[in-house]
Amino acid sequence: MELKEKAVVLNAKDNVATALADLKAGTSLELEVGDKPLTVKLTAAVPFGHKFSLARIEPGAPVIKYGEVIGTATCAITPGEYVHVHNVASTRGRGDLAGGAR
Amino acid sequence: MSFLGYPRQDGSVGVRNYVGVISTVSCANDVAFWISQQIKGTASFLHQAGCGQLPPDLEMATQTLTSLGQNPNLASVLLVSLGCEGASADRIEEGIARSGKRVAKVVIQKAGATVAMNEGFRLAQAMVSEASKIRREEFDDSHLMVGVKCGGSDTTSGLASNPAVGATCDIVIDNGGTCVFGETPEFLGAEHILTRRAINSQVADKILDIVDRMEKRTIAMGVDMRGGQPTAGNIAGGLTTIEEKSLGAIAKGGTRPIQGVYEYGERVQGKGLYIVDSPGREPEFLTALAAAGVQVVLFSTGLGVPQGFPFLPVLKITGNPVTFQRLPDHIDILVELTREKTSGLQAVGQKIYQEVLEVASGEQTKAEILGYGNFPGLYTIGPII
Repeated sequence: MELKEKAVVLNAKDNVATALADLKAGTSLELEVGDKPLTVKLTAAVPFGHKFSLARIEPGAPVIKYGEVIGTATCAITPGEYVHVHNVASTRGRGDLAGGAR
Repeated sequence: MSFLGYPRQDGSVGVRNYVGVISTVSCANDVAFWISQQIKGTASFLHQAGCGQLPPDLEMATQTLTSLGQNPNLASVLLVSLGCEGASADRIEEGIARSGKRVAKVVIQKAGATVAMNEGFRLAQAMVSEASKIRREEFDDSHLMVGVKCGGSDTTSGLASNPAVGATCDIVIDNGGTCVFGETPEFLGAEHILTRRAINSQVADKILDIVDRMEKRTIAMGVDMRGGQPTAGNIAGGLTTIEEKSLGAIAKGGTRPIQGVYEYGERVQGKGLYIVDSPGREPEFLTALAAAGVQVVLFSTGLGVPQGFPFLPVLKITGNPVTFQRLPDHIDILVELTREKTSGLQAVGQKIYQEVLEVASGEQTKAEILGYGNFPGLYTIGPII
């Protein structure tokens, strides 16, 4: 099955998009965030189903998908950067933080 | 709409017509297995619980095994007991009998496993003979109770197969039926969305309560739950945190109001959408659905997982075209990648619903034909002691 779109932004509030194909570093993507067009150039390869950022995300700032918080950035994330477990932490079920999250 | 099912004494309708051979404790599994291997038309339920556990877990095992025996897909039930187990075989027997179906019991410690096995052969053979005389009849689709599950999730689960299953759930409910979902760990980060759909504040509080209990149990282990949830496979598929997984996972429950929250092993009573407190892992969660009284399971998957259940048809649905091509022996339905914006969801839901009615009327799922699903589990919250 061939997908027309290479990536999808699920909600206008999102600061990440999801790749719908294996995308190479340097790929330029024309996206729609809500009704507004946005061009993002990938700084790294992003596999199918994985995420990249649409904007700069400061350390500790929320990462947003589906219009909801999916975690916080553990370091500064630049636009077009691959976003996954290396730069995003969960705030839930964190026994390692001695329950500090709640 | 309607389907062809088996009438049961308590007013419920089976979509399969097995004689259940239920082990009441891990030590009785072998005899239950021998009987189910020999006597055609039986379905066994084997597990590792029922003894050497703290009272809350023994109670949960007793309750769950009782509810499993009451599932409408079983025409009658043969219990296989060791004799000295902590779970109460007598209470399980009485509970199943209350649903009006025939229930019998063999006890290994009375005269040994070979005697229990032979006694079980005779009883199960007679029960299958009786069950085979029951004919399918036409029933209104409001008699359906459908369970929903997602497993082996990747990003396509949240984008396509979960919303598609959710659309089907809405149709089941709008037609007067019941849907059951659960997998409490996958509410973490999405509970504020679920509580908004609760029919009243008691139900909303119960949702928050089961999430809190589950999160406290994981926090007590002193580690980050990531790697456990989301699983290693989820992470490889692009899911970064439990919050992200949850936000995609709850889509499979559709959009209708949440009528109530049940404990693991309890039988769901009523129409509409219900939650059963449960873990996400397949063997234990599918058991929770069977105990709830579900007749058919819709199973959304991204990476592709094989599990069925001994006496429930489990329909596998994926939104990942690569998985569909790679695993033709496991995946029943491919849904096109769907975005929240697109209006195709209702049509996809209708297509899946038609398949639910076919399967309810007797069409076999891939997991059933393959015979994949002989190793279910029974949830425990405390230690094995």
